Amino acid sequence: MDYSALFLQVVQQIINGISVGSIYALIALGYTMVYGIIRLINFAHGDIYMLGAYVGFYCTTVFQFSFLPALLMAMIVAAIAGMIIERVAYRPLRYAPRMAVLITAIGVSLLLEYGGILVVSPQTRTFPAVFPTTLYNIGGVIISSQQVLILAVSIILMVILTYTVQRTKIGKAMRAVSFDTDAARLMGINVDMVISITFAIGSGLAAAAGVLVGVYYNSIDPLMGIMPGLKAFIAAVLGGIGIIPGAMLGGIIMGVVEALVSGFISSTYRDAAAFAILIIILLLKPAGLLGKNVREKV
Amino acid sequence: MLKVDNINVFYGAIHALHGVSLTVNEGEIVTLIGANGAGKSTTLRTISGLLRPKTGSVAFEGKTISDMKAQGIVKLGISQVPEGRRVFANMSVMENLELGAFIRSDSAEIAADIKMVFERFPRLAERKGQQAGTLSGGEQQMLAMGRALMSRPRLLLLDEPSMGLAPLLVKEIFSIIQEINASGTTVLLVEQNANMALAIAHRAYVVETGRITLEGSAQELAASDAVRKAYLGG
Ligand SMILES: Nc1ncnc2c1ncn2[C@@H]1O[C@H](COP(=O)(O)OP(=O)(O)OP(=O)(O)O)[C@@H](O)[C@H]1O
Ligand SMILES: [Mg+2]
Repeated sequence: MDYSALFLQVVQQIINGISVGSIYALIALGYTMVYGIIRLINFAHGDIYMLGAYVGFYCTTVFQFSFLPALLMAMIVAAIAGMIIERVAYRPLRYAPRMAVLITAIGVSLLLEYGGILVVSPQTRTFPAVFPTTLYNIGGVIISSQQVLILAVSIILMVILTYTVQRTKIGKAMRAVSFDTDAARLMGINVDMVISITFAIGSGLAAAAGVLVGVYYNSIDPLMGIMPGLKAFIAAVLGGIGIIPGAMLGGIIMGVVEALVSGFISSTYRDAAAFAILIIILLLKPAGLLGKNVREKV
Repeated sequence: MLKVDNINVFYGAIHALHGVSLTVNEGEIVTLIGANGAGKSTTLRTISGLLRPKTGSVAFEGKTISDMKAQGIVKLGISQVPEGRRVFANMSVMENLELGAFIRSDSAEIAADIKMVFERFPRLAERKGQQAGTLSGGEQQMLAMGRALMSRPRLLLLDEPSMGLAPLLVKEIFSIIQEINASGTTVLLVEQNANMALAIAHRAYVVETGRITLEGSAQELAASDAVRKAYLGG
């Protein structure tokens, strides 16, 4: 076996994995932020990613937007959709048993999936090539312009998010609500508004992921959110649910593991690998890689 | 200044407060003393808008606040130091104080007030970059008080500030409460440490199983047989 060829292939798969992984990371952020603030696994989150992909699709095809305006539009529409879903479906259940909210989330997810089929038809759409594909060969490793785009957009969004959460007033309020909701209320923080903003940010990031996937794989359909949604959820658990850097790390690891499995074993095992990760993390470190001792909210 | 009028408060089916009434006048330190589970925290949580009374009302400076949200009540000038401090343990001392000023946007004056808090609690100044969760119990109490002052309250609600603290530290905290009061902030102090509370308060209420059973000036209550037996160890 030629070791340098093997090495190149490993590097190649890692690069492919990082670009898919940053998509998972963008989606995982929404799961983790919403969980951090209201302890809800928002099962409809993967479908918001689908919604974002469709808004991006219509913006570029029907309205002839270029990439950046289409991306922004998708993020804004998804952010509004996320806020509406929270307001209509979850807020009335704020003090209901958790199981009721969880079942509602599954209901919202099905509504978006099958409502989507009704509105845009179940057919797969070809996402227009908004960027010409250029392949860069760096010492034998191939990187496409789409991969560069995915990485660049993801990194920019994650930097903006980290800055917002760590440095701005609203970010501090988000952390406060997530840590102790009643104490946050005593600071005069409008908890409902903070929850709303959290849904908006999470949904916007998922929509960005949807548009990027459209650009990367060129095809979208109304059920496209199910599998990536599930995997991003696993990524969030892997990193430590509720922990923002954990979602980023978990997403990247998930993407890289999948790429290595499909590259060196078989792509049939790709999805199995994702669930194997979930089982292993739940057995070995249920709080996730960056998680500390589990602190149930009182 | 504050008028709690005949409130009934429930946790689900549990009837926690049975027609509690009390008043706090501007400039006073009023203390609410009582045993575990008497309903002291419930009273403060209702004043702050975290709980809603089923019947009865709470008014602050003539305005009914028992139908308002917690954030609105903070804006009117009522701030609470909750039982068990409840500092944001995963954030720095500085960030905790900034959150205390959440309702304000006058950044120059916020910075000045943070300085003032640091003067009042020099131990916090030395630890301003430290995670609040790593502070000692006494330091966390100081941080919780400093944080509550950052909204510039006119009425400060304190829920068992002496809890879990060494006697010397309790003394320190109580003299700071007197200072805060002397500088113009009205105080409603909930305590199990009746001795200390009655020593600094002007007036007092005794609450037992959700009902006010005694009220009067702090000296009167400190001298009364019932209070001495039940709360002052004879
Ligand atoms: N979240 C809750 N759910 C149900 N019951 C509660 C809740 N909080 C308090 N209670 C009940 O309400 C009553 C009053 O409780 P509260 O916390 O106001 O007492 P307290 O006087 O502050 O006691 P302590 O000195 O122990 O803090 C108690 O019987 C308590 O069991
Ligand atoms: Mg209490």
